[in-house]
Amino acid sequence: MGADPQGVLTGVHFLDGDHACCEGAIAAGCRAAFGYPITPSTEIVERIALRLPLVGGVFVQMEDEIASSIAIQGAAWGGKKVITVTSGPGMSLMMEHVGLAAMTETPCVFVNVQRGGPSTGLPTLPAQGDMMQARWGSHGDYEIIAISPNSPQECFDLTVHAFNLSERYRVPVLIMMDESVGHMTERVTIPHAEQIEVESRRLPEGPKEEYLPFAPGENLVPPMAPVGEGYRFHVTGLTHNEKGYPVMSPDVQDHLVRRLLDKIRLNAEDIAMVEEDQIQDADVVLVAYGITSRVVLRTLHLAREKGLKVGVFRPVVVWPFPEKRLRELAERVKAFVVVELNYGQVVLEVERIVGGRVPTVLVPHGGGALHNPEDILRVVEEAW
Amino acid sequence: MSRVEIRISGFGGQGVILAGIILGRAAALHDGKDATLTQSFGPEARGGACSAQVVLSRERNLYPCVIRPDILVVMSQPAYEKHIGEVGAGALVLYEENLVDPVDLPKECQAYGIPATRFAEDIGRKMVLNIIMLGFVTALSDVVSAQAVKKAVAESVPRGTQRLNEDAFNRGYTYGLSLKKKNDEAE
Repeated sequence: MGADPQGVLTGVHFLDGDHACCEGAIAAGCRAAFGYPITPSTEIVERIALRLPLVGGVFVQMEDEIASSIAIQGAAWGGKKVITVTSGPGMSLMMEHVGLAAMTETPCVFVNVQRGGPSTGLPTLPAQGDMMQARWGSHGDYEIIAISPNSPQECFDLTVHAFNLSERYRVPVLIMMDESVGHMTERVTIPHAEQIEVESRRLPEGPKEEYLPFAPGENLVPPMAPVGEGYRFHVTGLTHNEKGYPVMSPDVQDHLVRRLLDKIRLNAEDIAMVEEDQIQDADVVLVAYGITSRVVLRTLHLAREKGLKVGVFRPVVVWPFPEKRLRELAERVKAFVVVELNYGQVVLEVERIVGGRVPTVLVPHGGGALHNPEDILRVVEEAW
Repeated sequence: MSRVEIRISGFGGQGVILAGIILGRAAALHDGKDATLTQSFGPEARGGACSAQVVLSRERNLYPCVIRPDILVVMSQPAYEKHIGEVGAGALVLYEENLVDPVDLPKECQAYGIPATRFAEDIGRKMVLNIIMLGFVTALSDVVSAQAVKKAVAESVPRGTQRLNEDAFNRGYTYGLSLKKKNDEAE
């Protein structure tokens, strides 16, 4: 289905990643946003506050991040597509509600424009230090989807995609940008509305009185009824049965939580999105995501000039990690070099999947700047 | 040249980032090039060190960083001192001559100064300093066309200030062309 033309700013623009993300959200059909501005994500909030009322939507600047991350969920149950936007310090506060959204299967999008941490860290400088927080930051067992764009164009395209995934799987989707991508300005082409693929919420069919709000449908995902249309349902963060009522039993817990995990794990191949560069004959594969995936392309170029058979593997969707493809590569390459703007997060997942078959080397960086491609090249040369 | 790295640097509040945005916009939307603008600034709204990096190329520009600027534009002494060591042979260094004393300038680079603050005061608005600098950059480098930059200036400045900014651009551009002419004659 195409996008609502009212919200689509068709044309060629010179936009930063933050603004492009905002336009992606509106094109995807987002009509409710709640947020509390924080560098380096403020530009998204500024633009969404300006743009949403023009397309019949609503933006509210809340008192803090905790309020923002719960307000979006109320609006989602009211039938809206929703977003909230923050950076690391705010994401820490929102983590409780990522868990709530996972438990209540509330489609919603969180944007984290990452900056150096921990705590208030480096407000205006980039890092990728929140990748494990995105995956594990809330308590209990749950699955989320996390996407890492590397350009303003992708901030548009992948924000649309994030909304589609959140509706398809009724799951919180985290867009893991970073300061560098958020504040990077490039040409962004926004297509005509009918060319933008937009998924709408799957509504229940059949008699209203028989509706079970948490009974699995296609892909284990229950159809979702909007409030006020005569469907009876109950939403709680407590362990619940298919009616949504709390039941404190190990059986119901197992039935529910296993489904919350499986709807993502069993569909991991549908969700996976990777980008590969010169991987066919590669002996050493650079693994990088987000802004770092552009830095390693420079290393790739330098390495190939020296005759080194290097390739690049980029998980565009970082969580769930594209495990199957990486395992295939681990059967034939000589080493993986993982480059990330932290002291070792996604590398742990790569090591787990590679399982010791070949060496996995980390090129860490504390953030505040991007890696120097030549430093990465030295590590690649040593990996041989 | 397939890839051109440009750094514009000065104090926060001088319009450094806007100058970068206009230059990138001119190249990306009106000159058919690929342009990437990245910015570095501190948490301060005014007065801190501030820098815009613009990378222009004919193909898809993947690596976004400026490592060795081909063009360095500086509007403050600290910016000059911080970045002058980055430039290599053949680089173009453009500076605001009332704000920057180009000490220890590398011999192999071409440097030109402009009294842009004084020009801005003549025009009546100190804040057009960045647009004067843009005119100066456009005249002395061959990376973007004057037409493209003029168009991008008009699209990027607040409504009602287009004429003022056009004057500012022309002032810097004309001054740049006169220096270029003088230099060509001397050679």
